[in-house]
Amino acid sequence: MLETSEPVLQVQGLKTLFNTRSGNLHAVNSVSFNLQAGELLGVVGESGSGKSVTMMSLIGLLPTPPAEVQAGSVMFGGQDLLKLSQRSLQNLRGRDIGFVFQDPMTSLNPVFTVGFQIMEPLRRHMGMNKSEAQARAIELLDLVGIPDARRRLKDFPHQFSGGMRQRVMIAIALACDPKVLIADEPTTALDVTIQAQILELVKELRQKLGMAIIWITHDLGVIAGIADRVMVMYGGQVVEYGPVREVFANPAHPYTRALMTTVPSVRGARAPKLNVIEGQPPILSQHPIACPFRARCPKAFDRCGRENPARYDVAPGHDAACFWDYQTGAPR
Amino acid sequence: MTKPRRKLVEVRNLKMYFPIHAGVLRRHVGDVKAVDDVSFDIFEGETLGIVGESGCGKSTCGRAVLRLYDITDGSIKIDGVEIGSKSQSALRKLRPTMQMVFQDPQASLNPRMTVAGIIGEPMDEHTDWSKARKLERIYELMDAVGLNRNFVNRYPHSFSGGQRQRIGIARALALNPKFIICDEPIAALDVSIQAQVVNLLEELQDRLGLTYMFISHDLSMVRHIADRVAVMYLGKFIELAPRDALYAEPLHPYTQALLSAVPDPDPASEERVERIILKGDVPSPANPPQGCNFCNRCPKVMDICREIDPEFRELESGHFVACHLYNDAGQTGASRHEHTQQGEDA
Repeated sequence: MLETSEPVLQVQGLKTLFNTRSGNLHAVNSVSFNLQAGELLGVVGESGSGKSVTMMSLIGLLPTPPAEVQAGSVMFGGQDLLKLSQRSLQNLRGRDIGFVFQDPMTSLNPVFTVGFQIMEPLRRHMGMNKSEAQARAIELLDLVGIPDARRRLKDFPHQFSGGMRQRVMIAIALACDPKVLIADEPTTALDVTIQAQILELVKELRQKLGMAIIWITHDLGVIAGIADRVMVMYGGQVVEYGPVREVFANPAHPYTRALMTTVPSVRGARAPKLNVIEGQPPILSQHPIACPFRARCPKAFDRCGRENPARYDVAPGHDAACFWDYQTGAPR
Repeated sequence: MTKPRRKLVEVRNLKMYFPIHAGVLRRHVGDVKAVDDVSFDIFEGETLGIVGESGCGKSTCGRAVLRLYDITDGSIKIDGVEIGSKSQSALRKLRPTMQMVFQDPQASLNPRMTVAGIIGEPMDEHTDWSKARKLERIYELMDAVGLNRNFVNRYPHSFSGGQRQRIGIARALALNPKFIICDEPIAALDVSIQAQVVNLLEELQDRLGLTYMFISHDLSMVRHIADRVAVMYLGKFIELAPRDALYAEPLHPYTQALLSAVPDPDPASEERVERIILKGDVPSPANPPQGCNFCNRCPKVMDICREIDPEFRELESGHFVACHLYNDAGQTGASRHEHTQQGEDA
């Protein structure tokens, strides 16, 4: 599934600032990545690492002000999304790029039926009439595994359980056959058994529909189960990027390493004591001239406070932003 | 675990029902059986983990054990004292031995009080110590939970989530309790901070000989911290076992499904794992199915499950389970054998 020719989405040097009363927050700093056709890119990071803001910046969903996309380019279908007007972006969102958000209760409108909300993008983007849209909506609810779809169209969001609502969100996102699906913590609000249902559904839908997916999460376990490639973010930057197996087997950034050992496993060996990343995540108000992880990093040395490390190739397709080289056990 | 084990907490047939009132006359039409006939012990110095999905009653169970609710029925003994039927005013004197750490450190700390005020409040209520003595104890507690003494006059908003949880823990420790209920203490924290708080709780347990009831939906974290683990489903305990036994060889079909659903941060193990995907959702606790609560989602359901609610019984020493698959009597004997075999293979 990896290494296909032309990426569907190419992000280069994306920078997003928030202008706040107490100064600028550098929420996203020089983020670059490619999304290949049909692949699932997992984005991991803690709250405030910039993973959601990155994806919102791509498609112009951030309120401006306070947010400001300062630099970078986002190439999708031969055009730079950052240069498009709001109107053209509106035509693109929901049609070429679909979304699923974390909390299905707040992202569905409680006063409209589920059927109306699934049919809305179909009628707006695909120009379907009511009966066509309805037929497609039933098909979509079937696809995401909601039984008795025809009757359920008339139900309101509160009549669905959390897992079912998230299925509805996925149905809406898939309505217009998007090329890219961005899912922002879609299973975080759900229980594990329901999460397992949704993950299974996504695996199945990928095979059927072959779209590219960006899956944002803070759960390394979810990434390990479904992603082809993983991007680890910290302090608004990409600190590691590569194929899932390669990154898990051979993590090259101290943050990725630490993250993997702070999470206890449910099946593997049980560690007597949890590894701890001391300290707090960085405050993003300073200009990012040094490595954001240096204060918590076991390998930090003087250079890390002077320069912000650029990403270097660890292995083909696998890079990390760090001055320390685990392969040689010495600074690069 | 070889030392003689004294029961610190004994809970028998605990029931916590919330009445449902409907109609113009607000008549009592039914109950939400949030905790329905639960019995267990917690031994001194151990951690009992309670796991389950949202709505299974695990938090209500914790709160009921501390008598934060007036329970519907049952007996609760803490350190030999029966508290199930005591009035709230009589309970007040007993509160110092039992404390609680809450899930949301933002909501459980008064934003208008300083750290000194928050940690000192239990002492104001329960001791007649002098100001100086209280302050000394506050400093001692801040050291114990790893908070900088200089922050003593700050307000909760100037702390991060992990630090706020430390304030909550310091408050719980203020009166030297024996028993602490931790209700999802790490759920609101980032992964890198979760480990800090869990390590702190473990360290305090070693040092002060605390007994914990650790309520969480995070099965991997419970595996790390708990000595014994109870699994709840729809208001009932369905399995209770020593940690290693439960994780290595879960007996109840729900526990098996629950454990298989947890994603493991290892792509190789993720590929190997055989997921049991449950159909449907948890039924409403106001209207549980007849027979076993799990019968409408259970992949191994039998006829008897839809009629009779299985008894919560001890199968092997210390391993309790409520499932007809393990009832030796009658028609279910054969399937029990087959079932344990499967467990061994896994």
